[in-house]
Amino acid sequence: MTEPVFSVNHLNVSYGGNLALKDVCLDIHPREITAIIGPSGCGKSTFIRCLNRMNDLVPGAQVEGQVMYHGEDIYGADIDPVTVRRRIGMVFQRPNPFPKSIYDNVAFGPRINGFKGDLDELVERSLRRAALWDEVKNKMRKSALALSGGQQQRLCIARAIAVEPDVILMDEPASALDPIATVRIEDLMQELKQEYSIVIVTHNMQQAARVSDKTAFLYTEVDEESMSRWGILVEYGPTGGIFTKPLDKRTEDYVSGRFG
Amino acid sequence: MSGARAMDARDGHLLSERPSRRRLWTDRIATGAMAAAVIIALLPVVLIFYYIIREGLAAMNWEFLTQAPPFSYRREGGGYVNGLIGTLMMVGIATVISVPLGILAAVYLVEYGGRNLLASLIRFFSDVMTGVPSVFVGLFVYTAFVVPYGFGALMGAAALSIIMMPIVVRSTEEMLKLVPQEIKNASYALGAAKWQTVLRIVLPSALPGITTGVLLAVARAAGETAPLILTALGSLTITTALVGEPISALPLAIFDGARTPFAAGQARAWAGAFELLAIVLVFTLLARVAASRSSISR
Ligand SMILES: Nc1ncnc2c1ncn2[C@@H]1O[C@H](COP(=O)(O)OP(=O)(O)OP(=O)(O)O)[C@@H](O)[C@H]1O
Ligand SMILES: [Mg+2]
Repeated sequence: MTEPVFSVNHLNVSYGGNLALKDVCLDIHPREITAIIGPSGCGKSTFIRCLNRMNDLVPGAQVEGQVMYHGEDIYGADIDPVTVRRRIGMVFQRPNPFPKSIYDNVAFGPRINGFKGDLDELVERSLRRAALWDEVKNKMRKSALALSGGQQQRLCIARAIAVEPDVILMDEPASALDPIATVRIEDLMQELKQEYSIVIVTHNMQQAARVSDKTAFLYTEVDEESMSRWGILVEYGPTGGIFTKPLDKRTEDYVSGRFG
Repeated sequence: MSGARAMDARDGHLLSERPSRRRLWTDRIATGAMAAAVIIALLPVVLIFYYIIREGLAAMNWEFLTQAPPFSYRREGGGYVNGLIGTLMMVGIATVISVPLGILAAVYLVEYGGRNLLASLIRFFSDVMTGVPSVFVGLFVYTAFVVPYGFGALMGAAALSIIMMPIVVRSTEEMLKLVPQEIKNASYALGAAKWQTVLRIVLPSALPGITTGVLLAVARAAGETAPLILTALGSLTITTALVGEPISALPLAIFDGARTPFAAGQARAWAGAFELLAIVLVFTLLARVAASRSSISR
């Protein structure tokens, strides 16, 4: 068994005092695709944002517990979130290219990180890996906002891999895309998995089953008395097991499409 | 149900029913009233432009653009080049002072200050300052700087920059607030520090809007008269001194010329008004073009 990339211990997250995620513990392994599934509002985005400290930017968000990244707590006192995010990239649910040219979008990360090598070559390589190069190679100076939604999302992936991170977090990267663009992004993830560790949030059960090696199922727990609700980790393991032989009744109901 | 509908349609009651006379007339009167309001609102602007262009062009010539006025308002010839130099100097210096400071203050308000005391104070004083009559600004600069150091271009520029600053701060703040959080998050997720995000993402994205605000401020400063009377004073000769010497400005020269009972002085004032209008328009156009250029490839 290889050393885990992330080792999450007793993670609690609350927004303005309201608990959103309770006592999550799991290990994420290198060169694997880890899928996070669960009903809407159960805290999947909250969880994934903890892995690169994006929750620091949400006013009122409070994170407790440990997120060990290669043995180092990224919430440790002497850790700079900027350094964390340079190692752990993120692709968001909605494509969010900068209002700049296609080239400048991809070159942004390397530039701010003081990249010294051949920038043109790095931009081309990143776009090729994101399966976008052929579509944009003749309009590198054109605005990224003129691309289609699917192209924009692949551009965002190219932008994320241009800084050569160690982990890529994806929060429902294909939710706004058509089936063809979705398949391209899934193929791309298989490709990227050779070198990166990928954590993907998805609402699409087939997608989780198709692409991931491990699956974590989060679920909303409701406290009947106070009517407050928070997310918990119900089950985590190899994807095949979660979808064919789930241990928990709630997982079974969810993956087979029976809610309640 | 469908039978009733079919019958209505056959009888021509469903869609071809004629609007009532009352509704027809209400509609006509409302449309007419709005058209009249638009014409009344636009009329003064159109008339101002018409007179300035007609009278200004009649008095405009090469001599006007290159010569200082004669020492007697009665005499014909000469021009407002001294005022042109003064306006360019003072508005230029005021822009160089107020635009960077104003933009920095707005960045502080939006990205760093939030609702803290300093941010609230800056917002409050900016609001108050936009409402203060500009002659008070002139009076302040007069007591604080003109009394000890005398009239001069720097004093005029100081007054103009005080007038420009709050306009720049508030308009820039509004533009910065419009930059979506999503693209800031994208920048942070790539490992950008806050200052890098502000400098490379937030400010460039807001640039066209910021330019518009800056233009408003520049146009306002270029047309200010009252504070310059108390700080630059005005002069009939060409000077480029920063301090110790009164200096002219186009609005001051126009004010002077328009007050005289002599046709020659008034003609120069019209030409000066035309010149000022043209400068502001050309400048606005240039900045717009520059901003839209940069927004394509930024
Ligand atoms: N910025 C925020 N401020 C306050 N509460 C928040 C914030 N973001 C999320 N929450 C709360 O935390 C809980 C989990 O939200 P989260 O966005 O993580 O759910 P999710 O599983 O990603 O849902 P979805 O599948 O709809 O994206 C929700 O109850 C939500 O209301
Ligand atoms: Mg979500």
